[in-house]
Amino acid sequence: MDTLVAKYSRPAFHNEDFKDETEELMNTETPLSLKFAMPPVAHPSQWLRAATDDRSNPDCPIKIAHGTTTLAFRFQGGIIVATDSRATAGDWIASQTVKKVIEINSVLLGTLAGGAADCQYWLGWLGMQCRLHELRHKRRISVAAASKILANLVYSYKNMGLSMGTMCAGVTPEEGPALYYVDSDGTRVAGNLFCVGSGQTFAYGVLDTEYDYELSVEDALELGRRSILAATHRDAFSGGYINLYHIEEKGWTHHGFNDTNPIFWKTKLEKGEFSNVTSALE
Amino acid sequence: MAAMFSQNPLMNGPHYATTDAPKTNNYREHRFYPYTDNGGTTLAISGADFTVMAGDTRHTAGYSINSRTEPKLFKIGGTTADQHDATIVLSVCGFAADGNALRDQLDTICKIYRYRHGKAMTANACAKRLSTILYGKRFFPYYVHAMLGGIDEEGKGVVYSYDPVGSYERETCRAGGAGGSLIMPFLDNQVNFKNQYAPGSGVGHDLQERERRPLLLNEVETLVKDAFDGAAERHIEVGDALQMFILTKDGIEEKILPLKKD
Repeated sequence: MDTLVAKYSRPAFHNEDFKDETEELMNTETPLSLKFAMPPVAHPSQWLRAATDDRSNPDCPIKIAHGTTTLAFRFQGGIIVATDSRATAGDWIASQTVKKVIEINSVLLGTLAGGAADCQYWLGWLGMQCRLHELRHKRRISVAAASKILANLVYSYKNMGLSMGTMCAGVTPEEGPALYYVDSDGTRVAGNLFCVGSGQTFAYGVLDTEYDYELSVEDALELGRRSILAATHRDAFSGGYINLYHIEEKGWTHHGFNDTNPIFWKTKLEKGEFSNVTSALE
Repeated sequence: MAAMFSQNPLMNGPHYATTDAPKTNNYREHRFYPYTDNGGTTLAISGADFTVMAGDTRHTAGYSINSRTEPKLFKIGGTTADQHDATIVLSVCGFAADGNALRDQLDTICKIYRYRHGKAMTANACAKRLSTILYGKRFFPYYVHAMLGGIDEEGKGVVYSYDPVGSYERETCRAGGAGGSLIMPFLDNQVNFKNQYAPGSGVGHDLQERERRPLLLNEVETLVKDAFDGAAERHIEVGDALQMFILTKDGIEEKILPLKKD
């Protein structure tokens, strides 16, 4: 930990002769050089936890936006990716329209769960690394390689307070449909289906029951939608709109960003589900 | 209940940085704490061809008012000190010192971009860059809720809002800061017409939602003033004066309106 802090921080009054602040601003290589400002305290990660993590300290002053239910599964027609769109900062609903599916490139998608800023920043960075790979090797990057780049990066920041539960999904000629779960602890696992976020258990309930590799594309999309609906219904931190994507070898297609409220009532009235929800008070 | 008391300044004594430290496990360590909450509220609404950004000018620390005329909205990217040719407005709410530092960083970067490329930085490019600047301090965050307002390349009004570490999204409207939770529901109803239905359009689930349409500039200006008047009534850290910037393709107009000073 101390070596990491030493690597990524600058001493308080460093030599002002060769590089002053304006020159550093003019240096356009800053985005890829991975230099982060550190608080001038003895234990930065503890301090960051006290200041920003609302699980260990509910009175923390800085509320960071968190994202919540995302799922993805592989099937014969490619991969389905579905998410909700609610972001919370403590108990406050910061936004109902967050895009939790990040388009890394035209064939690779990443999902956002946990810290919104961490996912947005590092998945954008991953997009840059994927493009560099294409330029260096003259071919598209595999999903395994892309997810490994992300996992290794995130592992180098282990225990520093990053919060990310992301899935990398894509269809490539050498792998077929490929789905990896990568999180900020450094976990990287391949699998057929994953649900990530505070509403994951609710989504698993529906997804595990109805999942079949031989599903048609239409049924698979409906399953993804219904699983997110279940999670938004029972998880307070999930809600908003349902964002659906389908990935095939030629690329991904967006299948709508639809309000959960009308979908809930349609499911209840047309299919007779959610029968415990009534307008009566008892 | 906990939410009411967690920000109670009484329990934290006089608001100097040494006593601002948050309590962990009911113990508060006596040491320098780098943040202070200076209160205030900001608001941004985008229209078909304009953007309105507003913020109150009250600067507080605990129960004390440090200043009644401290702006939170800044023009960014102009070539001169008075920013007469600026095209972007940044609003920062939370810890004023971090807000000022962020403004200086972003302004310098926008100026350097303009000198390098021979044209003003576009709103969406500036928005992405601001996200990177905020994330650069992921491990020692800027304690601010930032918002960026401008006009996009199609001529439409644009508003981006950020969390303290750089997560951002383009939105039609956003209220941030101490009074943000009071104003945002009002905006959901009055700008995005949420939970409004066309009368007589049906019964029960057949009711049609009221059709969303972009608001006119005079409607937005009235909404903004009403929103701040409402927030000033019910939040101690909101009041004194309202600073409003109206951005159009022709430039940025500033208006100052009075708010309750109690």
